Amino acid sequence: MGICDDAPVGFDSYHEPPDELPAETRTFARLCASLTEEAEAIDWYHQRLAIEKDREARAVMLDALGEEFKHFCMDLEFLLRRAPLWREIAKGILFKEGDIVEHGEESEERAVEGEAAQGAPLAGSESLGIGGRQGAAR
Amino acid sequence: MSHLLREHAPITEAGWWLIDDEARERLQPALAARRLVDFAGPHGWQRSSTNLGRVRALAGGAGDGVSASQRRVLEMVELRASFAVARSELRDADRGAGDIDLDTLDRAARAIAAAENRAVFHGLKSAAITGITEASTHKAIALGKDCERYPRHVARAVEALLDAGVGGPYGLALGPEIYTRVLQTAEHGGYPLLDHVREIVGGPIVWAPGLDGGVVVSQRGGDFVLEIGEDLSIGYERHDAEVVELYIEESLTFRVLTEDAALALTG
Repeated sequence: MGICDDAPVGFDSYHEPPDELPAETRTFARLCASLTEEAEAIDWYHQRLAIEKDREARAVMLDALGEEFKHFCMDLEFLLRRAPLWREIAKGILFKEGDIVEHGEESEERAVEGEAAQGAPLAGSESLGIGGRQGAAR
Repeated sequence: MSHLLREHAPITEAGWWLIDDEARERLQPALAARRLVDFAGPHGWQRSSTNLGRVRALAGGAGDGVSASQRRVLEMVELRASFAVARSELRDADRGAGDIDLDTLDRAARAIAAAENRAVFHGLKSAAITGITEASTHKAIALGKDCERYPRHVARAVEALLDAGVGGPYGLALGPEIYTRVLQTAEHGGYPLLDHVREIVGGPIVWAPGLDGGVVVSQRGGDFVLEIGEDLSIGYERHDAEVVELYIEESLTFRVLTEDAALALTG
């Protein structure tokens, strides 16, 4: 499933009047929709592969599944870059061994506290979202 | 629409992305003070002052047998740095050009970051802001030109803070000239001077445009507060057929709560 830059998010995908939403929020919504579509496609291929016996057909679908994984990861990375709090929470959960729920709870608590201390942008603000920089690499 | 009037600018969504991203990229490395002091806010554009919790008595009171005192506040300062972008460059950006001329934006970003650092480190007298180096009760230490002696000077500064009961870790801000000097120097045996100094302070060493000399600052927290009303934002001023005039803006104030929690290093 490919990303089409020009495709608008369908009107029913917005939960607020689109004309009132800032451009950044509309772009974020497009990528959220794309992420969902990629996850659905992964599920479809996963189910098809579970029952397909033909080796050649499996090879084709496995290749396609790899594409969906890539697209999903690209969408996710984009969204994490634009949502610093999400990124901070993800850092405490992804690619870690151990109890997922425990990591989730700890990561959320740590990230939300850090966000509050570092000056998250006010809701509706058009600022650059720089906030505090303590702990920044540079 | 906010007071920034961004919707009035003849700039496409892609153009705004480009401008905002460039501004963030230029501002973040230069905002040295934010890496060393506590950050409060953002409280929004309508925030006008910070409560100091103190009053001053009004001579003569307010009537027979009635005393009067007035609350003291620290008023927010609005900083603004203007820049202009050629509309032809914005059109090229929309076509996909990757080498858009945003030099005036870069200069404005550098200027406002330096102004913020200066207000924190050296104060802004006209706005009643006292900076860290002005407020420090410690005798400043002269760094001199001999870089190899810098670790000794910084260690003396850390020792003075410890003697005053100010715990670490400590951060070190250096003006651009001294920072470059430190970065370029290796001690006998080739050990980078920057790494040696970092081991002494135990916290970050930051490049600080707007700072004269340097300053060692305790990082324990609760000693210095940079309070932001509106965080750095880009707004629209006006445009004609050739250029769009924009600005970077923020509102802030700064307070030193513990005067002896930092020590100035002179260049």
